[in-house]
Amino acid sequence: MKRELTLPIDEAQTRELRVGDILTITGTIFTARDEAHLTMLEAHERGETLPFDPAQMALFHCGPVVRKTGDGWDVIAAGPTTSVRMELFEDRFLETFRSRIVIGKGGMGDKTQAALENVGAVYVHYTGGAGALAAQRIERVADVHWLDELGMPEAAWLFEVKAFGPLLVTMDSAGGNLYRDLDATIAENMKQIHARIEG
Amino acid sequence: MTDHKVKAALVGALRKAATRLPSDVVDALKAARKRETSSMAAAQLDAILENVAIAREGSVPMCQDTGIQTFFVEAGVDSPFLGRLKGWIAEAVVEATREIPLRPNTVDPFAATNPGDNSGRFMPFINWDLVDGDGVTITVLPKGGGSENMSTLKMLPPGVGLKGIKRAVVDHIVSCQGKPCPPTIVGVGIGGGADIALKLGKKAVLREIGTSHPEPAAAEMERELRELVNMSGVGAMGVGGDTTCLAVHVEYAHRHPASLPLGILVQCWADRRAGVRLAADGSVEVM
Repeated sequence: MKRELTLPIDEAQTRELRVGDILTITGTIFTARDEAHLTMLEAHERGETLPFDPAQMALFHCGPVVRKTGDGWDVIAAGPTTSVRMELFEDRFLETFRSRIVIGKGGMGDKTQAALENVGAVYVHYTGGAGALAAQRIERVADVHWLDELGMPEAAWLFEVKAFGPLLVTMDSAGGNLYRDLDATIAENMKQIHARIEG
Repeated sequence: MTDHKVKAALVGALRKAATRLPSDVVDALKAARKRETSSMAAAQLDAILENVAIAREGSVPMCQDTGIQTFFVEAGVDSPFLGRLKGWIAEAVVEATREIPLRPNTVDPFAATNPGDNSGRFMPFINWDLVDGDGVTITVLPKGGGSENMSTLKMLPPGVGLKGIKRAVVDHIVSCQGKPCPPTIVGVGIGGGADIALKLGKKAVLREIGTSHPEPAAAEMERELRELVNMSGVGAMGVGGDTTCLAVHVEYAHRHPASLPLGILVQCWADRRAGVRLAADGSVEVM
């Protein structure tokens, strides 16, 4: 089912989303790769308040190419990065900060799946390599945090986006998981493939 | 004068490769979209095609991973420019990185430092072939990390035969699932030796989609492997669908009787390539 969502979004809304839904989102999203995840978690553990509220935004696994303009930033390319690297701490991150949409590439593991169910969030797949399309849907760079400490790809960029997508729900809060279902289909297909090679 | 002209043409080729997907790849993606029966995979292919159009119109890189710049040079033995080609290529990469811009992707494996301009030890890497005549053809293949990480070498026991080769290729490509950003182009290098099989696989990736190996046995294997990989159901971006690879290209060398090297080179849907032709009179053309 195709859905156009506007952020911020509440838990009741994300709990309705199911594997196979194709979303576009409008609102503010923030980027975080390995380093930004750790930086935010450490700040929280020290009792600090973050400079923005992740619960109001979607989390985007992305290391963008950004160019400084006169008084702001120009996003050149901003496709998704491989999400499974963040499996180490994504469950803790979601349970702490309660972002309800995680945008990435390639899916995540069992710990994140459990956290999605717990928090009422979804993992959505964004087309790998679609860096120019993503940049086109980013209307404005609203802010950037930890740029000096972490560098361009690892910093937390806040993007105001319009009709950002297509975002395919591949893991949902009701235990739905496209990757697990697909593994079974592929294993079945491989039997036929091997039979044809041997035949 | 020639210096400036050739370098400008090389920067032009690097820009073309980063921003304009070759028409054979676009056509193959469109054909895959037309055939696709899964709405989820169709959405991926639509996004790829829209992304490609935006990159072309805005002359911006189609993917944020603009790759490692790898060159293939067919150098005519009578070209007056042989001694200068390496320097021109290296300087063009640095210039293109700043101008286009390209992501700085060369990292020192010991110091973990990045010079910031895609230069470095053995970088950009140049493959040399000497050919007859006085012309030079330079092809650039900017290759992303995600798909290169899925490339592999198998040293098969020769007894497994052609069936063993087919099984190894299909098993490997299917096990990669969405990681190399499918639909991919798969280069299969057979024979020679460990390094030669991988090199042949990479050269096979350079061939235009829609062409077949000139020899019937190799062409038949290409067709069969494409069909088998696409029976898997992995689909675009690994979300399940009809097209996992756009093409399989085979290249081979004679082998040692005790060895059956198999190089499997995986290229993402962003099968970026462009080239420059340099004549003996110094005239250049971007291809």
